[in-house]
Amino acid sequence: MNFDLRLPIGILFTLFGAILTIYGIITRGSEIYAKSLGQNINIQWGLVLLVFGLVMYFLAKRSKNS
Amino acid sequence: MLQLPIPLPLASGSMSIGESANAPVIDLHAVDYSILGIYILVVVGIGFALKRYMKNADDFFLSGRSIPAWITGLAFLSANLGAQEVIGMAASGAKYGIMTSHFYWVGAIPAMIFLAVFMMPFYYGSRARSVPEYLKLRFDEKTRGVNSVAFAVMTVASSGASLHALASLLKLLLKWDYDFSLWVSSIIVLAYVLKGGLTSAIYTEVLQFFLIVLGFAPLVIIGLNDMGGWNGLMSRMQPEFTHSWKYMGTTANPMGVEWFAMVFGLGFVLSFGYWCTDFLVVQRAMAAKSMGDARRTPIIGAIPKMLFPVIVILPGIIALGLASKTGSNYSIPNGVTGAPDYNLVIPSLIAHYLPTGMLGLALTALMASFMSGMAGNVTAFNTVWTYDIYQSYMAKDKSDAHYLWMGKVATVAGILISVAFAYAVKSIDNIMDFLQLVFGFVNAPVFATFLLGMFWKRATGHGAFYGLLSGTIAAIIFHGISTPAILAPGETLPWIKGGWLGAHYGFTSSMAQNFWLAIVAWSFCFVITILISLATKRTKTDAELKGLVYSLTEKISGEDEPVWKRPAVVGSVVLLIAVVLNIIFW
Repeated sequence: MNFDLRLPIGILFTLFGAILTIYGIITRGSEIYAKSLGQNINIQWGLVLLVFGLVMYFLAKRSKNS
Repeated sequence: MLQLPIPLPLASGSMSIGESANAPVIDLHAVDYSILGIYILVVVGIGFALKRYMKNADDFFLSGRSIPAWITGLAFLSANLGAQEVIGMAASGAKYGIMTSHFYWVGAIPAMIFLAVFMMPFYYGSRARSVPEYLKLRFDEKTRGVNSVAFAVMTVASSGASLHALASLLKLLLKWDYDFSLWVSSIIVLAYVLKGGLTSAIYTEVLQFFLIVLGFAPLVIIGLNDMGGWNGLMSRMQPEFTHSWKYMGTTANPMGVEWFAMVFGLGFVLSFGYWCTDFLVVQRAMAAKSMGDARRTPIIGAIPKMLFPVIVILPGIIALGLASKTGSNYSIPNGVTGAPDYNLVIPSLIAHYLPTGMLGLALTALMASFMSGMAGNVTAFNTVWTYDIYQSYMAKDKSDAHYLWMGKVATVAGILISVAFAYAVKSIDNIMDFLQLVFGFVNAPVFATFLLGMFWKRATGHGAFYGLLSGTIAAIIFHGISTPAILAPGETLPWIKGGWLGAHYGFTSSMAQNFWLAIVAWSFCFVITILISLATKRTKTDAELKGLVYSLTEKISGEDEPVWKRPAVVGSVVLLIAVVLNIIFW
């Protein structure tokens, strides 16, 4: 089948990562992070998701080109 | 009352979430909704993108047997990893502690490896399109008939129960309207399954796998930090909660189960019966693109499965620790009766630790797992309905296009029946408990039939059918004479718990009663199948059984594959790791 699942996985998590990171930057220092022990978990985990999403996306792109 | 269907290997009855006075209330913001919205767009988009690949019935029901092993493997794991498992395993973690890991390292890994190494060659090699169809090829029509009808009823029932659980949970946590959640999630699932068939279901199961891992990992990381790491968490536990085997010499442990019932009842009878014969999971392996990929499917699933206790059980243990921490302002929410409702452990932890943003991600993961669980059930249902019931008994020689059409009709019907079933669970007390009980009776003996069918060529159709029947009857009688507790004189229990023929055998917990019920049912089925097979004539010749029975099938040498890809080699490594994990957490 000619449909690489890594592509939608990549798109989904890149978007999730971007949204969380941006939201985390906007809400820096906000009291909502009292819940997560003072850590800005939105930025931290947003970046993890962003990296995961981009890796999946580029793997899909690379195998399509080759 | 809300009933959560429990994946069969658990077999400890259904669980219920009632109304709760101190349930966590979760407020969602625009950022949370946008995450949920994007997820829905992507899954429906996958369905539409796959539409052009759905040319014939095989594409729709079996993904044209074209999917690589890493995808079928993750889907194999994920089809079972519904929200019920995430919620239920965290609940068990809080109730039983580290012993809950038995459901993974004893109750899943060995069976998955056995399926990969020994059973997949027959399922995949025989070109059977479903597990019931294998029974037809190996034994006869009536054995297939019983299995397919029971399976079809079971899958729509659990899909309905899963829908009901989702809608009730959203009502409790987010105050969403019950009917709205029910219908909207059904329509989303319908949209992508109708367009992309099994492939859609498999692809969204893989998405859901990553969502669950990436959505819940932060919860575990923050929770462990809060508890002062692993050692800090363990120091808050009673000793029985910190070991997997140490207290299993007798039934004096939180589960009330001793090691023999655990190993033989859960580890062998229930686990092999589920992982090796349940079409919901086996269908994923059947969709793989080659024999090698089909055999690697359960092994690839087993690797993350082995590590999953970190994501699903540990939160339950963290909740226990958190509740005991002074100043944490956290307690496990109470149910209607005032006792802790452990099914609310995961939602309450999400509300406790995750800020807006991450909250949306975790809730999306939870909802995604409900929906993909439903999609999995619906795709297994439409296949068994179309091939094993409709084609076999109603419309034999129709065109491929006709069966494809029927598959789509069955998809719509399956979802509508699920919705109807969700309403039935909502309005009729104990209906899920009752069905769970019946399914338990039907499923407990089933692995004996497959084991004898695959490894003993002398097993006959009559033997298999009457063996199954007697195993089920044995299970019913066993339920009638046993109770989940040792009763005081004059004390009675509702009949659904057992003992309706007299409380002759009292067990220490309903889990122990269930494990022993499975052991008895399996043993009856095993012995009766052998006796009747020996007394009846063989109806299938050696030539007809080629590819269906071990001794009559050419062995797959696997020498053309690199060592690290051979199922027996990789499977042994995974098993070894599971043994080491058991020892570490002994």
